[in-house]
Amino acid sequence: MSAPLFKFGLFGDEVSLLVAFAIGIGFGFALERAGFGSAKKLTGQFYLTDMTVFKVMFTAIVTAGLGAFYLGWLGVLDLSLVYMTPTYLAPQIVGGLLLGIGFVVGGYCPGTSVVAMATGRIDGLVVVLGLFAGMFVFGEIFPAIEGFYHSTAFGAQSLPGVLHLPYGVVLFAVVLMAIGGFAGAEWVERWSARRTAEEAS
Amino acid sequence: MTTATDVARIEAPPAPLAVSRTRERSQAETRPAAAFANPYLAGIGLGLVLLAAFVVMGRGLGASGAFSAFVAWTVDGVAPAHAEGNGFYQSYLAYGNPLKGWLVFEVLGMVVGGLVSGLLAGRVRPVIEKGPRIGTAGRLGLAFLGGLFMAAGAKLARGCTSGQALTGGALLNAGSWAFMLAVFAGAYGVAWFVRRQWR
Repeated sequence: MSAPLFKFGLFGDEVSLLVAFAIGIGFGFALERAGFGSAKKLTGQFYLTDMTVFKVMFTAIVTAGLGAFYLGWLGVLDLSLVYMTPTYLAPQIVGGLLLGIGFVVGGYCPGTSVVAMATGRIDGLVVVLGLFAGMFVFGEIFPAIEGFYHSTAFGAQSLPGVLHLPYGVVLFAVVLMAIGGFAGAEWVERWSARRTAEEAS
Repeated sequence: MTTATDVARIEAPPAPLAVSRTRERSQAETRPAAAFANPYLAGIGLGLVLLAAFVVMGRGLGASGAFSAFVAWTVDGVAPAHAEGNGFYQSYLAYGNPLKGWLVFEVLGMVVGGLVSGLLAGRVRPVIEKGPRIGTAGRLGLAFLGGLFMAAGAKLARGCTSGQALTGGALLNAGSWAFMLAVFAGAYGVAWFVRRQWR
């Protein structure tokens, strides 16, 4: 085992910020390449006209998931040292609903709004300003909702742990689900294009 | 050994550099933006960036945390006593300057990476993305409202599409998968009500 490199002390906090900047460049580049600097492209997902969000997201999940799994299996990466956000089920479900509503209302999610702003989208810049304002509002009402914020705490929970199945089996199921989803997404896009063509004629 | 392609390359006339450069410049002003990448290729690229974060740092990607770190830093600067009594701001201030946080630097990198990709593809221009049936003020008002909602959502959930759905999705994090399903449910649930914004 020699990775995660940072956790094995290969470099310190200062260097980790340079790493953050470099990884951010890759992240922003990949999002922009995919077309995620465009609100019309992103929101097409929710009107079934353009399923790119699903395709990119699940390809990335499968790529990183399989990569981490095989690097762990080869003994290169200690997966137990990769940070897992603890589960707070109720706030995470409510938070997910709010974020999904904000996504289709605003046109971007937080990460893609940064890329949209960087490529000149004024609506992306306004989403960024809304995020700053929303963080302040959340901070100010935090004392009133602190109880809910800390509720339904289950600690770090993995799907294999919850389902009592081996890690590889769950990952394989996710890969199969993604492949099925991709086929479905391609079909939905063709159906949507046909319907638009029929409406136009 | 000389192959057919080598011959073709040798025999091709040298490109007139000066001419092509001026033509490129005039095209840059009017040319349509390049097509977006194949979604599966872009997804593999994004997945490799995420994997690099796992291997090098032992953590995933993020975005919303940079916004809250900046807000905590601002509130602390303007009203330190107020920030001290608030558990939310304190969670960012307890470990030194929040602007020296990992996600702040990562998001600064995202601005650069997004800009470089956009410039290479001719997609950088000041525009407001919206459908034909909504005005500018309406679109920007909804953009701001969307930001407000997402900030609250991301903080309640301990992450957004990047830190929870993408990172936690790849790590098979149970809470992240619940979050991801809720994001799609929320977005599909209200899409009909804001359809005039896009279509």
